Amino acid sequence: MSQPFSAAMSQVGPDSDVVVTSRVRLARNISGFPFISRASNPVRQEIMRVVRRAVDQSCQGIDANQELRWIELQSAPSRDRILLSERHLVSRHFANSDGPRALALSSDEHSSIMVNEEDHLRIQFLCAGSRLSDAFKAAFALENALANTTNFSFHPRWGYLTACPTNVGCGIRMSAMLHLPGAQIMKETDRIQRAAKELHLAVRGYYGEGSESIGDFFQFSNQTTLGSTEDALLEEFNGVVLPRLIGYEREARTAALARFRSRIEDIVFRSHANLSAARLLTADAATKDLSRMRFGVVMGLLSIELTTIQRLLLQVQPAHLSLIDPRSLDSEEADREVRAAYVRQELTRGTTDTK
Amino acid sequence: MNCDHCDKPAVVHEIVIKGGVSKEVHLCSEHAIAAGYPLPVEQPIADIFPKLGSVAKVEAAKSKERSAKCSACGLTFTVFRKSATLGCPACYDAFMPMIEKVIESAQDGATHHLGRSPIGGAEIERVQNLRVKLMHDLEAAVAAEQYERAAKLRDELKALDSQSP
Repeated sequence: MSQPFSAAMSQVGPDSDVVVTSRVRLARNISGFPFISRASNPVRQEIMRVVRRAVDQSCQGIDANQELRWIELQSAPSRDRILLSERHLVSRHFANSDGPRALALSSDEHSSIMVNEEDHLRIQFLCAGSRLSDAFKAAFALENALANTTNFSFHPRWGYLTACPTNVGCGIRMSAMLHLPGAQIMKETDRIQRAAKELHLAVRGYYGEGSESIGDFFQFSNQTTLGSTEDALLEEFNGVVLPRLIGYEREARTAALARFRSRIEDIVFRSHANLSAARLLTADAATKDLSRMRFGVVMGLLSIELTTIQRLLLQVQPAHLSLIDPRSLDSEEADREVRAAYVRQELTRGTTDTK
Repeated sequence: MNCDHCDKPAVVHEIVIKGGVSKEVHLCSEHAIAAGYPLPVEQPIADIFPKLGSVAKVEAAKSKERSAKCSACGLTFTVFRKSATLGCPACYDAFMPMIEKVIESAQDGATHHLGRSPIGGAEIERVQNLRVKLMHDLEAAVAAEQYERAAKLRDELKALDSQSP
């Protein structure tokens, strides 16, 4: 975790021009235990013990190269907890809440299990680009392995039982983080969000539930989890909805470039100039400019590797920045100064930067 | 609120979004008809009252709901309503009528799990649920003369029957 960037967040994959990351997350509870809101700390400890044993017995063989590391969050340093949330491996709430809770994390950081979040288990797979069916397979492989040694709460009518009754059934949340600068320029994001709601999708910001969109990044996920098979849900989201969202954004980009070419070039090159010259930078300002540069890169206006932009989007976040240079923790001004210096240095290198 | 075009009271209120700009529209019945809006249907009072049922009955049902408590984990209805989070698996049966409403509205009317299930007895339940749903959909498709869809559903049913023990 102490390496300054993670696999999923700084790689590129299929359809990376629009899809930043794909994730499948399964909510499961272990039968015989109350849900988290009614579980005392000793009960939560017991749940962690059961899960850890299941992980050690069943999960280590799934992928020969991937051992699951066990991180207890209540005793982890706060910087490590923030690093995990900046990598989108845990929710902000999970990073900051109290009580016994853990994360089992594969060494490539694609597979993980949040233990004692809203549900006992949140089994997830996160990867770069549009790879939902891979994520789907991997998440279920992990779930199947756990099911060998653990019983999940299950109701004949409602399916897998979850702490929040709206997640019952398959207990599956598929999500894609999309970059939608084209839609934003064409003022289409409101319309996309309304259409998404009609399709029973949730639209969230950069850090999931309750967060705002920064830099035109939006997270789309399915809300329906009951009354369909898992495969049908995947097919609908990955086979129908997502390609349409991607197609819509690409059309918007082409239209935007045809209509406002010089305005877009101005925005993209100014963002590049800004980041190449700034002496003080906040995380939000850097994210906004990097988002604009990302748009310039995928539209062929800037000759910088997309992986460089992806990596910087993560590294400008406060905890990641402090890994690069701990002086960023000294003061607010130091944080901004270190960020500006690092981004400047990486962008000068960036034009020759290969993967 | 008066009509946008005259002084009569408006009966149609709409927010129209055109080119990303939203605009409120208020029209009296004459202008609404002219603009092609369907008028809100007024129901005769006699039709409405029987639907309301008895006030006392509704109150009794509500008070029963409010006093519900899960005997397994002790979660009360009041706490559940505030947090929207359940305390344990048994809560699903303890707060059944309420849960049913919450789930159906969140899940677009779905009422039964059709996905995977843990190995064991629940698998039989799942196949039963899936059968019932497929049969229901098939009837609906035939009634709506959607024969292509009906044929597909019939195939799914056959496949399901050949799989089950």
